Amino acid sequence: MKGKKPINYWKSEYIGRMLVTFCGFLIVFATLAIIVFICSKGIQSFTQSHISLKEMLFSKQWAPNDSAHPKYGAVIFIVGSTLVSIGAVLLSAPIAIALAVFINYIWPEFGTKVLKPVLELLIGIPSVVYGFLGVTLLVPMLRDSFGGVGFSLIAGIIVLSIMILPTIASIAADAIGAVPHAYLEASYGLGSTRWQAISRVIVPAARKGILTGVVLGLARAFGEALAVQMVIGNTVKLPSGLYSPTATLTGILTMDMSNTLNGTAWNNALWTLAMILLLISFFFILIVRAIGQRGGK
Amino acid sequence: MLKRNLKLAMGALLITGALAGCGNSDSTAKETGENKKEETAQSYSGTLTAAGSTALQPLAEEAANEFMQKYPDVSITVQGGGSGTGVNQVAAGAVQIGNSDVPSAEKIEDKTKAGELVDNKVAGIAFALVVNKDVKVESLTAQQIQDIFSGKVKNWKEVGGNDEKINVINRPASSGTRATFEKTLMKGVKVNDSIGTVQDSNGAVEQAIKSTPGAISYVAMSYLVGDKANALTTLKIDGAEPTVENIKAQKYPFWSYEYMVTKGEAQDAVKGFIDFVKSEEFAAKVKEMGYIPISELE
Repeated sequence: MKGKKPINYWKSEYIGRMLVTFCGFLIVFATLAIIVFICSKGIQSFTQSHISLKEMLFSKQWAPNDSAHPKYGAVIFIVGSTLVSIGAVLLSAPIAIALAVFINYIWPEFGTKVLKPVLELLIGIPSVVYGFLGVTLLVPMLRDSFGGVGFSLIAGIIVLSIMILPTIASIAADAIGAVPHAYLEASYGLGSTRWQAISRVIVPAARKGILTGVVLGLARAFGEALAVQMVIGNTVKLPSGLYSPTATLTGILTMDMSNTLNGTAWNNALWTLAMILLLISFFFILIVRAIGQRGGK
Repeated sequence: MLKRNLKLAMGALLITGALAGCGNSDSTAKETGENKKEETAQSYSGTLTAAGSTALQPLAEEAANEFMQKYPDVSITVQGGGSGTGVNQVAAGAVQIGNSDVPSAEKIEDKTKAGELVDNKVAGIAFALVVNKDVKVESLTAQQIQDIFSGKVKNWKEVGGNDEKINVINRPASSGTRATFEKTLMKGVKVNDSIGTVQDSNGAVEQAIKSTPGAISYVAMSYLVGDKANALTTLKIDGAEPTVENIKAQKYPFWSYEYMVTKGEAQDAVKGFIDFVKSEEFAAKVKEMGYIPISELE
């Protein structure tokens, strides 16, 4: 680089710098623009279409197609999304933590050479494929074993739990791998068995990382649309049990968004649902940050 | 090297963005202006886009292909997106033709905007009630259909079938197929959304009907053509099968028009294309694809 003309120096130094700076600002701008857009659209329900916020958040009646008395209560969708996501995390997190322990302590060679690539493969499978498998295999199986139609809350939970497993497992594996070896040796020194050391020292020490993984898994579960929509049944009612169909925020959005017109109360209400979804993911990100800061070093 | 690639990528992105942003309404406006002079020669040119109803999409695509073969200077792009998208886009001027299952006025709340749009009826589409093959009922009356979908009747034995629970499968509340179902068969009786399940498309309904015992739903006849012709068991309504003859004789109520919505009266290439879809020349193809030629309905 020495002895080159200033113009070349300018080229080799500043263009790259400008480009990456531009990219950085572009992403911040794009994210803010999306948030502003969704919120401005979401608020129109209340400002233009005069739907009451109270009705939206606390009513179970959703009938925007009823031209005489349209109803816009989103409770069913919020509850549906929450139940299916939390159910998926409850099913998935213990397995993910077990996998993380297995990868780091039980059989690291197999864990890194086989299990980790398999988990990466699971991430790569498109959600429509999960949904399709759910419809062709899981739904008939549930119907034959438990009755009903098969399209149900539990079908959504099972499909989602497989989808978020790799997210939680890989973050938990990193967290457990990062626990200093001295912890293990110290608990051996105190006379613990290997399993006692893992379950009472290592996993609790990696608590922060595992929780981060769980919350990220929960956020992913909340946002997943297609696979859940294909198996959950989309019935607009609160589920009466695990084997009963219900609907989610993302499901109602994918089904109705393209068929309603800009500016109608129905469309505005859907944008408000999108805004609620966005606020819920913000909430999860705040939790992740809070976990990261608590006792962070 | 990497930097250059990056630059290229950014450049490409910007250009794509610019192109997508501009759209083609401007260029079409100019070209249609030129077309006016050539109108006497009956040749069309220009670029036009149709978007909207997925029910009308296969027919519009086929018509576009044949129309482009006839008039090589015309370029037509057909997109899906749903009836709402179609009406939205044409009202905003983003596309020249908005495909819709329902008249545009039924979708638009702002009546001042609705006045600008013209609904061109281009074809008819029949729908059929379909059931799982274990259902032993062959025909339902309109009253029985209302009872089933409003949740009053819950077992097939109540409408002359075997003792089996009825599993209702609906389309989403905003779907054009569902709108036609409610208008022509439910007639003011409300579909009970808290019973049964909801599937998003004809394909998903087919899958669910096939695998769910005692299931009943409705699909477009245009879906049940070709290798899907015998995929599902269709029901008669008041004893009438979903045929063109029965629709013409007003014996079969479950059908609707398909619309190509334009902003203002259709002109030039747009008019040429819409006329082609409605023409006698294209009618055989319309029938073959499971739609009803408009010439047989008027």
